[in-house]
Amino acid sequence: MKLRDLTELAARNLREAVLRNSLTTLGIAVGVASLVAMLSLGVGLQELASTRLSRSGLFDAVFVTTQANMRAFGGPPRPMAERTSTKPARKLDDDARQQLAQIKNVVEVYPEVRFPTEVQFEGKPLMTTVAGIPASARRDGAFDEMKGNFFSGPEANEAILQIEFARDLAKQTDSLLGKDLVLRYAEKEPLPADAPPENAAHKSAANRSDADDAPASGGFSLVPRELKLRIIGVVETEPATGFGGFGRGRLLIPLQIAQNLRIAQPTDMREMLRGDTGKPSYETLTVRVSSPKVVQSVEDTIKGMGFGTFSILDATKNMMLFFTVFDSLLLIFGSLALTVASLGIVNTLVMAILERRREIGILKALGAADRDVRRLFFVEAGAMGLLGGVLGVALGWLIGRALTIGTNAYLKRQELPAIDISSIHWWMVALAVGVSFFVSLAAGMYPASRAARLNPVEALRYE
Amino acid sequence: MGEMTGTSNGFAVRTEGVSRQYAMGEALVHAVDDVSIAVKPGEFVALLGSSGSGKSTLLNLLAGLDRPTSGAIYAHEHNLAEMSSQQLAHHRSHTVGMVFQAFNLLPRMTLEENVELPLRLAEVDRAERPARVREAVERVSLAARLTHRPSELSGGEQQRAALARALVNRPTILLADEPTGNLDSLTGDAIMHLLQEINRTLQMTIVMVTHDKVRAARYAHRIITMRDGKLVTEGASDEIA
Repeated sequence: MKLRDLTELAARNLREAVLRNSLTTLGIAVGVASLVAMLSLGVGLQELASTRLSRSGLFDAVFVTTQANMRAFGGPPRPMAERTSTKPARKLDDDARQQLAQIKNVVEVYPEVRFPTEVQFEGKPLMTTVAGIPASARRDGAFDEMKGNFFSGPEANEAILQIEFARDLAKQTDSLLGKDLVLRYAEKEPLPADAPPENAAHKSAANRSDADDAPASGGFSLVPRELKLRIIGVVETEPATGFGGFGRGRLLIPLQIAQNLRIAQPTDMREMLRGDTGKPSYETLTVRVSSPKVVQSVEDTIKGMGFGTFSILDATKNMMLFFTVFDSLLLIFGSLALTVASLGIVNTLVMAILERRREIGILKALGAADRDVRRLFFVEAGAMGLLGGVLGVALGWLIGRALTIGTNAYLKRQELPAIDISSIHWWMVALAVGVSFFVSLAAGMYPASRAARLNPVEALRYE
Repeated sequence: MGEMTGTSNGFAVRTEGVSRQYAMGEALVHAVDDVSIAVKPGEFVALLGSSGSGKSTLLNLLAGLDRPTSGAIYAHEHNLAEMSSQQLAHHRSHTVGMVFQAFNLLPRMTLEENVELPLRLAEVDRAERPARVREAVERVSLAARLTHRPSELSGGEQQRAALARALVNRPTILLADEPTGNLDSLTGDAIMHLLQEINRTLQMTIVMVTHDKVRAARYAHRIITMRDGKLVTEGASDEIA
């Protein structure tokens, strides 16, 4: 029998037991819906995590430190021979910074400037952590949903507040935009060999450059300074400007401004004792690369230059492993419902064989081959699977939307931003409908084969 | 009966020592026991016998609905006993047409759809089907009832519809199993007239199972009588009657 005739006969048969076949199809739809909902939830959460993390700027960055500081990154302990070596670890100074910037696929190299300090706002002192933000961080997406604006220039005396810190300053964070605050900090002032340190004490910190530095005497003094900054934005996510150190920055300022402040760093004391007072060196440098794919190769190159590195790649791999296991578990639970639904198909078709026993006998008497009968039942099973699959995808999408709406309603009550926790892709639709179709065909195998094997003489006698 | 070795030897259908046994519990039932018959093309043969004589089993064997336990059944030079199930399906679709006592129309299909069904199974071109259906229903005078379902037809009309369905694929042999068994005497006679007309006008071979000796004698050319699965008598209808 030709496929068109088979399809027409199958459609007629499905219509004739419309209630039972509809319920069976609905069962498949529920099974597919659970599969789609679980899968979309898994993928949605994975995408949410990936987006949030990629917005943090950690995925296209390599954090570079000197070999001597590697332990501070949680890296492996250096071999004893290296630790006891008389050869000094390579310094992370401006020469190294320029060398790093010339590595292929490196977009930008900048130091981590992060320090705890006091802030005066409307006469009220608060302790916080300040972080220097490079202009390139604007592209990370971390500032996409910020209130206010990004820095107007690399040397603008402007500040962006992290939302928690902004809440410490005012209940209505929007009201902070346009207001000023004062940064109070300790500037590192090198002691010139032939001049007392007081001479340099009253220069403007923000407008100072390294060229102004007098020949170093080997020591420095700490001078209290103030810097007025205008609040121009409030952000919920802080971009990654470095790793380790002082923790998250709650007050963000342009990186160039942060560098010009010449804040005393914990390593200054060590460098002074070692006599490393020539060129300024950095605790860490952040190397931003063109794509997360090249992180590994850039990291290897930097290691070859004698520096210690750390990237978030390993953490990403662990996250991917977690989501693979998570998605697999969701798939298994989703598939259980589909398995139960497929048993419904077997039941429906076996019932149909009993009911249509005589009809099968008549078909065979009129010339239907075993193959025709088998294919007829296959088409019926496949049609139920296909229809159930399409309905299931729609139902799964609705469940995903309902979960997202419910979650966002809860998040709104908690004053948190809305998120999309479920995500349906075309490949998911194709997979769900395909799985539904093939599972239904597999479920139809036994009934179809049983119908095909019916003895026509016995079937014709059946009342 | 002539020579009977390996082919139908010009007969429309021929059996050679054919037997069909069933296991019923521990007992073995010989439904058809070593029966050899031959039916010439265009011949109208009645298989006569009481209930359980094996005549319907023999008809099912000729139709290719059942397989013999032993012996051979030849139709158009082919031995049905050696055919695959696919070949037997082709035999049922193209060589024979069947009419049953219970009509066996599909109740949810219209008359037109019932008659078209064998054409679907035989993969006849869709464009050709309407004309074939019309030709078949006109032969049994049911052209006006095409859209009716079996439940809307009388018993005689249902049997005529079944006859149209059996003829639509233009078979060479018509096998009828008690075609008048469910009909009143008058309607039964009308069906028998129709079978006789088909036999005469189309030169179609007809093998009809019946237990009605009078009708068998009136309409068939030849009567084969069976009892307990065995062939008892065989001869021209006027001789047997």
